[in-house]
Amino acid sequence: MTDSKYFTTTKKGEIFELKAELNSDKKEKKKEAVKKVIASMTVGKDVSALFPDVVNCMQTDNLELKKLVYLYLMNYAKSQPDMAIMAVNTFVKDCEDPNPLIRALAVRTMGCIRVDKITEYLCEPLRKCLKDEDPYVRKTAAVCVAKLHDINAQLVEDQGFLDTLKDLISDSNPMVVANAVAALSEIAESHPNSNLLDLNPQSINKLLTALNECTEWGQIFILDCLANYTPRDDRESQSICERVTPRLSHANSAVVLSAVKVLMKFMEMLPKDLDYYGTLLKKLAPPLVTLLSAEPELQYVALRNINLIVQKRPEILKHEMKVFFVKYNDPIYVKLEKLDIMIRLASQANIAQVLAELKEYATEVDVDFVRKAVRAIGRCAIKVEQSAERCVSTLLDLIQTKVNYVVQEAIVVIKDIFRKYPNKYESVIATLCENLDSLDEPEARAAMIWIVGEYAERIDNADELLESFLEGFHDESTQVQLQLLTAIVKLFLKKPTETQELVQQVLSLATQDSDNPDLRDRGYIYWRLLSTDPVAAKEVVLAEKPLISEETDLIEPTLLEELICHIGTLASVYHKPPSAFVEGSRGVMHKRLPARTGSGEGTECPDVGNAAGGSAPEAAPSIIPSQGDLLGDLLNLDLAPPTTAGPTPSTSGMQMGGMDLLGGGLDSLLGGDIGGSPAMGAGFGAAPAVMPASLNAPVGGGLGDLFDLGGGVGMPMGAYIPPKTVWLPAMKAKGLEISGTFARRAGVIQMELVLTNKAMSVMTDFAIQFNRNSFGLAPAGPLQVLTPLGPNQTIEVSLPLSTVGPVMKMDPLNNLQVAVKNNIDVFYFSCQYPISMLFVEDGKMERQVFLATWKDIPNDNESQFQIQDCHLNSEAASNKLQGSNIFTIAKRTVEGQDMLYMSIKLSNGIWVLAELKVQAGNPNYTISLKCRAPEVSQCVFQCYEAVLKN
Amino acid sequence: MIGGLFIYNHKGEVLISRVYRDDIGRNAVDAFRVNVIHARQQVRSPVTNIARTSFFHVKRSNIWLAAVTKQNVNAAMVFEFLYKMCDVMTAYFGKISEENIKNNFVLIYELLDEILDFGYPQNSETGALKTFITQTGIKSQSKEEQSQITSQVTGQIGWRREGIKYRRNELFLDVLESVNLLMSPQGQVLSAHVSGRVVMKSYLSGMPECKFGMNDKIVIDKQGKGGASEEAAGKSDLGGSGGGGGKQSIAIDDCTFHQCVRLSKFDAERSISFIPPDGECELMRYRTTKDIILPFRVIPLVREVGRTKLEVKVVIKSNFKPSLLAQKIEVRIPTPLNTSGVQVICMKGKAKYKASENAIVWKIKRMAGMKESQISAEIELLPTNDKKKWARPPISMNFEVPFAPSGLKVRYLKVFEPKLNYSDHDVIKWVRYIGRSGIYETRC
Repeated sequence: MTDSKYFTTTKKGEIFELKAELNSDKKEKKKEAVKKVIASMTVGKDVSALFPDVVNCMQTDNLELKKLVYLYLMNYAKSQPDMAIMAVNTFVKDCEDPNPLIRALAVRTMGCIRVDKITEYLCEPLRKCLKDEDPYVRKTAAVCVAKLHDINAQLVEDQGFLDTLKDLISDSNPMVVANAVAALSEIAESHPNSNLLDLNPQSINKLLTALNECTEWGQIFILDCLANYTPRDDRESQSICERVTPRLSHANSAVVLSAVKVLMKFMEMLPKDLDYYGTLLKKLAPPLVTLLSAEPELQYVALRNINLIVQKRPEILKHEMKVFFVKYNDPIYVKLEKLDIMIRLASQANIAQVLAELKEYATEVDVDFVRKAVRAIGRCAIKVEQSAERCVSTLLDLIQTKVNYVVQEAIVVIKDIFRKYPNKYESVIATLCENLDSLDEPEARAAMIWIVGEYAERIDNADELLESFLEGFHDESTQVQLQLLTAIVKLFLKKPTETQELVQQVLSLATQDSDNPDLRDRGYIYWRLLSTDPVAAKEVVLAEKPLISEETDLIEPTLLEELICHIGTLASVYHKPPSAFVEGSRGVMHKRLPARTGSGEGTECPDVGNAAGGSAPEAAPSIIPSQGDLLGDLLNLDLAPPTTAGPTPSTSGMQMGGMDLLGGGLDSLLGGDIGGSPAMGAGFGAAPAVMPASLNAPVGGGLGDLFDLGGGVGMPMGAYIPPKTVWLPAMKAKGLEISGTFARRAGVIQMELVLTNKAMSVMTDFAIQFNRNSFGLAPAGPLQVLTPLGPNQTIEVSLPLSTVGPVMKMDPLNNLQVAVKNNIDVFYFSCQYPISMLFVEDGKMERQVFLATWKDIPNDNESQFQIQDCHLNSEAASNKLQGSNIFTIAKRTVEGQDMLYMSIKLSNGIWVLAELKVQAGNPNYTISLKCRAPEVSQCVFQCYEAVLKN
Repeated sequence: MIGGLFIYNHKGEVLISRVYRDDIGRNAVDAFRVNVIHARQQVRSPVTNIARTSFFHVKRSNIWLAAVTKQNVNAAMVFEFLYKMCDVMTAYFGKISEENIKNNFVLIYELLDEILDFGYPQNSETGALKTFITQTGIKSQSKEEQSQITSQVTGQIGWRREGIKYRRNELFLDVLESVNLLMSPQGQVLSAHVSGRVVMKSYLSGMPECKFGMNDKIVIDKQGKGGASEEAAGKSDLGGSGGGGGKQSIAIDDCTFHQCVRLSKFDAERSISFIPPDGECELMRYRTTKDIILPFRVIPLVREVGRTKLEVKVVIKSNFKPSLLAQKIEVRIPTPLNTSGVQVICMKGKAKYKASENAIVWKIKRMAGMKESQISAEIELLPTNDKKKWARPPISMNFEVPFAPSGLKVRYLKVFEPKLNYSDHDVIKWVRYIGRSGIYETRC
């Protein structure tokens, strides 16, 4: 039988011929014809015209033919929905067939026919098949529910299939369980809050039992599902880990990786001093190493994952350096990944070996690999201080090879080594300068120029070298141009006499002949600095640089945590969160590692722990979906420059003549006032690139202090300030965490924010905007974050608020939607402010007015509340409330019960009248509130409760 | 999950195209062809993302298999599935080639329908699949047969069917090891490991319960302490003739098992018990790094004489019992690209310079243990102005030896079948040890 002939028919009139054959009486001929149709379909020919003829062949007892027809149907039903209906009858009939294989085939195929009209007919047969006596049919039906959900989610819910599917998790057959888990997990992804999987200790136990019995694929489905569960405590976590570890010896690498995912996640919850914790760490290493003897494609997946694991828990593989040595025959993608991991594992103990290897790699053929190897040597030098000397000499050896790309790569990393170990290896500069001509890549040229500029005083012909670059200034890339500008200014500051001409030349090139705004601005800044105060210029441009940190390419901790939850999946291969490459909402839920519980560690971050897998409802604060009007407001925000932008660059530079630039300044520079004022110097940042921002530092600091002062002065006693809560977790805001509270101080409403940078890059340009809200709250001034917020830094800011902004009723009433912008993105969150912020100081009503008003407000507007467990007497309560501008007007005692009458005035002029009943010895108060706008009563009551209990 | 699966020939023509999910369209087929197959060497990863669609590919001879998805799928699972797919196809029609795929496309579609449902892999054990995907037309199966099929496909022991009968109960165990070495020119072992496999071919009746034992250090030490010698009786059964001599037990770094092995039992007691599939299966894989017997040592000496001449001398020493013979020995000595001529002298075997492979290939049919042999060569070079130095790839070696370089020994394999009347003693058992070179390289 040579079916390959079907691939070669390309005659004209083919369709017509096929039609005739399909309608032939002979069974064999029919089958041959269908095969031809499928072959044409495969190579991409359109054979949809044959639809009715093919469907006619469906009624057959030949299973092979039937399968072919079904295959055709799945492909073309969508384009011929009306015709597809013709097939329904056969499906329904097949679902009743005595042969389970045929029943399963029918239900499997029906689910793949994505035609709305057909899906209606599918429900009844599917319901039967889900309860079929044969496990083969049930496991097929379970997947069919997921198919149907993909076509029509509402239908699945209405028909109650989800419950039937949930029941299948307790099925006696492990494969049915596995498919049901797979189907439910998929459906749950599109309903992040539905708690569909309903993972609890009982269902987890069932899954763990099925895990031992089902196929390798089923084990993967179950393990991936388990990884979404968050155990209640460390003991449960340990017991699950114990039952998952045997999977580490499975021959299927995917089973192993999924087991590793579960273990890595649940390990978070185990106390580190537990013996079991250490045992588990030890058990993880061998299977990970074994993954490296799998086929190369799997090795690649494994290596990408190991890269994450090594960053999260370096202790697991720290002794396994050798297995990551590159083999000559490894595919290039495996080589590159191994190299990455080698550097991550490099330490003082193994550095000698690693360096010998890297040197070996640097002589290989593949250019990318060689480059990476050279770069790796530099990274080793930076990471392991003891090895720096050897690394530098190895790099010098490599430079001697004169291989163009090796030299360039070496120069780039040597620049970094200089940054890490200043004044140590500068003797090699001479060798570097010899290779100036061979540099043709921007990065290498920029690095070399930086070196020349930085060490200009030690290079005799620095001016000549830089001048040679200047000739083709406009053809260079921006990176090189910027470096050249800075380097020449450095040179000038170091050797002012000989290089005046050069610096003028570069400044005019940068400011007058360039279209690049970065270049132009940097040019002007230098220009102004040099012309106004050369001493300051020296301190700015030649400031001491902070040392660069050891590891430069670590994944941000929040992203790393998320990726650890995705071990084995594409996300872990790409090192990107699923949202970066998956369309729509499916599977985009952020996953997080569970928080450690148990053994007295407490729950420091309450909002991390309760994310019960992918399905728990998000804890407050909720994130606002971008709303139309909010977006509009934010556009304004972008346009209006924050007042913190620092001194506006003077435009006068434009008219400034090139010649008088160095007039007065030069003398003082030559005067040799090199000492400078250290206090000033300290305030300035290092690299020119961040200079504009750091310039603000001293000014900003002062302003901030001033505001703090304002906040501290004249605070009336006892005003209630709720404790700070996290409004915007770092997960949601690319590393920016915002917590805060509201306070009313001296009649000014203030929003007190704590901004924490949990990302790895500096944040600047903060600004804030509110959405319209019930009481017209709006920022009274800009957000005063004047210094850039470095990684792991925290800053506290008070933002005065006014109540004259646009008004829109919110639900709940005291809800406030906020947008915060920084240099990275715009983030949205919402928070609730205590309404007591809005109680104004002149809220004390005259007694008579009070009585009249009380009577005047209809009784429908009165609401009663109970405050429980309050142990204050009426006197203390009254004092406490007064602190928050709730004024007691009268008090009377009836039968041992104190009745307090109070008044409150809101910032928008609404009056609230209250009657508080306090009975001695009874901790429960009764409060009645009367107001013309009864909506506020609930909020006011909450304030009472908050104030009295704090 | 997997959204579609395509098979292409080397030109990028589609041979098989099966789409499981709506989000994968016909354009995905072309995207892969244009961006991966036709990109030649540009593609540097087995996972490619093109326009938010991810493509996983593996290549078998000149056939490309590609799985496509738009979701965050389990990547390891997709590759495992693609390998499995290759195994299944090989089991059905032999080598994976364009010809074979075209000849069996109907079968492949049928298989794809069965082993991948909505992109979720289903039971893909060939043993089970062959019971009901036959391509010989549908036989009218009896009701019992049908339910037997379905219970096997979905059952706990999906890899074996009931009612197997043999007149002679027999089993063959092959311990196949590949020994890998990377040695510095000075003879320092940079890395060495053995990756081994235990392959079992069994022809046993019924549903036999098997127990496998080897000289695993953890087990031996445990028994040593306990003093119990339950296993000792079986020890004489299958003692292998290793080349390493008196090594009692070996430290296994890690091992993985065929899905028939009860993993939780191994985890708890370190005992290997299972009901094997009928016929051949890979029972376990393991890895060792300690106390490896390196069967050969390569001592290279390369001298550059001026700019146009190289002198190479390589000595190989065999390092195992003199009574054992190594076979199929091949030493591959790389030569520079600008080699113009080579003169070789060797004492044993044949050596040839193969210009197309840029190497001197030295072959020796057989070599006993504790011997040594030598080759010397003079390599003439053409003068070049290439600045880059010759990279000096390592000298690699191939061989086969009749022992396990890791020192692993099979201690016993016991068979119990309570329902049928044959006992462990009636089963004829054969054990064979083969050590082969994996990547066995010495830098020069």
